[in-house]
Amino acid sequence: MAEPKQKDDVSDANTVKLVLAWSFVGIPLLWGVYNTLTQAALLFK
Amino acid sequence: MATAAQADSGGIFSWLDRSHTVAKPGFSRWLVPPAALCVHLCIGQVYAFSVFNLPMTRLIGITESAPDDWKLTELGWIFSIAIVFLGLAAAFTGTWLDRVGPRKAMFTAALCFGGGFLISALGVHLHQLWLVYLGYGVLGGCGLGLGYISPVKTLITWFPDRPGMATGMAIMGFGGGAMIASPLSVWLMQQFATPTHVGVMETFIVLGLVYMFFMMMGAVIVRVPAKDWAPEGYVASSQPKKLVTTHHVHVDEALKTPQFYLLWGVLCLNVTAGIGVLGQASAMSQEMFPGQITALAAAGFVGLLSLFNMVGRFFWASASDFIGRRNTYMIFFALGMVLYAIVPWTGGIGSVALFVACYAVILSMYGGGFATIPAYLKDIFGTRYVGAIHGRLLTAWSAAGVFGPVLVNYIRQYQIDSGVPKADAYSVTMYIMAGLLLIGFMLNWFMTPVHEKHHMKPEDVDA
Repeated sequence: MAEPKQKDDVSDANTVKLVLAWSFVGIPLLWGVYNTLTQAALLFK
Repeated sequence: MATAAQADSGGIFSWLDRSHTVAKPGFSRWLVPPAALCVHLCIGQVYAFSVFNLPMTRLIGITESAPDDWKLTELGWIFSIAIVFLGLAAAFTGTWLDRVGPRKAMFTAALCFGGGFLISALGVHLHQLWLVYLGYGVLGGCGLGLGYISPVKTLITWFPDRPGMATGMAIMGFGGGAMIASPLSVWLMQQFATPTHVGVMETFIVLGLVYMFFMMMGAVIVRVPAKDWAPEGYVASSQPKKLVTTHHVHVDEALKTPQFYLLWGVLCLNVTAGIGVLGQASAMSQEMFPGQITALAAAGFVGLLSLFNMVGRFFWASASDFIGRRNTYMIFFALGMVLYAIVPWTGGIGSVALFVACYAVILSMYGGGFATIPAYLKDIFGTRYVGAIHGRLLTAWSAAGVFGPVLVNYIRQYQIDSGVPKADAYSVTMYIMAGLLLIGFMLNWFMTPVHEKHHMKPEDVDA
């Protein structure tokens, strides 16, 4: 039973790393997109 | 020829070596795109460098330019030098990158790009423009070029099933970088500005350190797959496609093939068509729709184009995995031709919505062209030297960077000097752009597989 547990541990660790890594790049990118959309909205006012 | 194993340095920097970046079993390949984005989101800042131009003309005069202040024409060279060194670095460091792996390349790119900002800060402090040219232009430009190509091959080897999507994600970051850098730089300058100081130097220091850290994080996260690794359940297509090779072509040999020059022309023409418009978007929209599009609305138009430029990178590169690279470029050129041809008509009928829609699609294809080219190169030349070949091909970008804006600006000026009203001055340019895209369509049409005499021998591929 040791092998599936080890696999689960790897999978959990990967999930945490994936969330952290994607947040690290995703949050600034979303902030940039939000700013751009706010600016672009001026075109339709 | 030095091999990857010989490139290992040892010592305290051994963690940068390719051998230390090989992924252990269980590593998720979805960690590699954020690693690439860490680099591309930073170097995409180059498109937002113009936000520093006006403040840097007031470093001495503060509220307005003093006689000893730098001129806008002098400052314009900073961006140009950076783009030239981007092209040179991408062209000349590709083979080195292939040998040492992505981590050392990303680390070096971080030092160059971040260090370029720090040297420029010193240049601003001492009011020595040559230091800014050297810092942001030369050193930063080398960081740009090396950073741009560093994750490409790694992504393609991690995602053999979706190479377009993988490289599209990274290169999308380059398009998105300016969206972050522009408001961030303006905000930082506002924080550091005092009645006797414009705050550029401090902003350069903060950006230099932040970008260096961010790019280093990419270097820490990135991994290369173990030899012969393949995604779970992935089976390479048993039915070979005509324009997808299973062989590899050496970077030096690639330059001897007509396919390299066809792709060079394809990229150059696709970029030329977009880049000229991007630089003139604000003025063009106001001149084509006088009274309808104000300066403020034009800024919104530019923002919208940036967004489509970014989204197009991911969308079109991902789509190319399904419809094929050649077909994707066929769409860029054919649809681009139609859209450029109807832009003058949208001005004639006064339809702002149609005008904006046309340019939004055009700019999505401009970004898509950048993002799809690495996968196209992989299809034609194989994966072994795709990073290095991509670096050489980026000289097409440098050429288009000069050609596109010159074409738009000079033809417009010629039209106005000939008595054409400003609202109609872009019509000829648009038709010329459509003509360039027709040439691009034909170049792409002529694309064939590389002759087998250029293929590497199996024993050389593993070396």
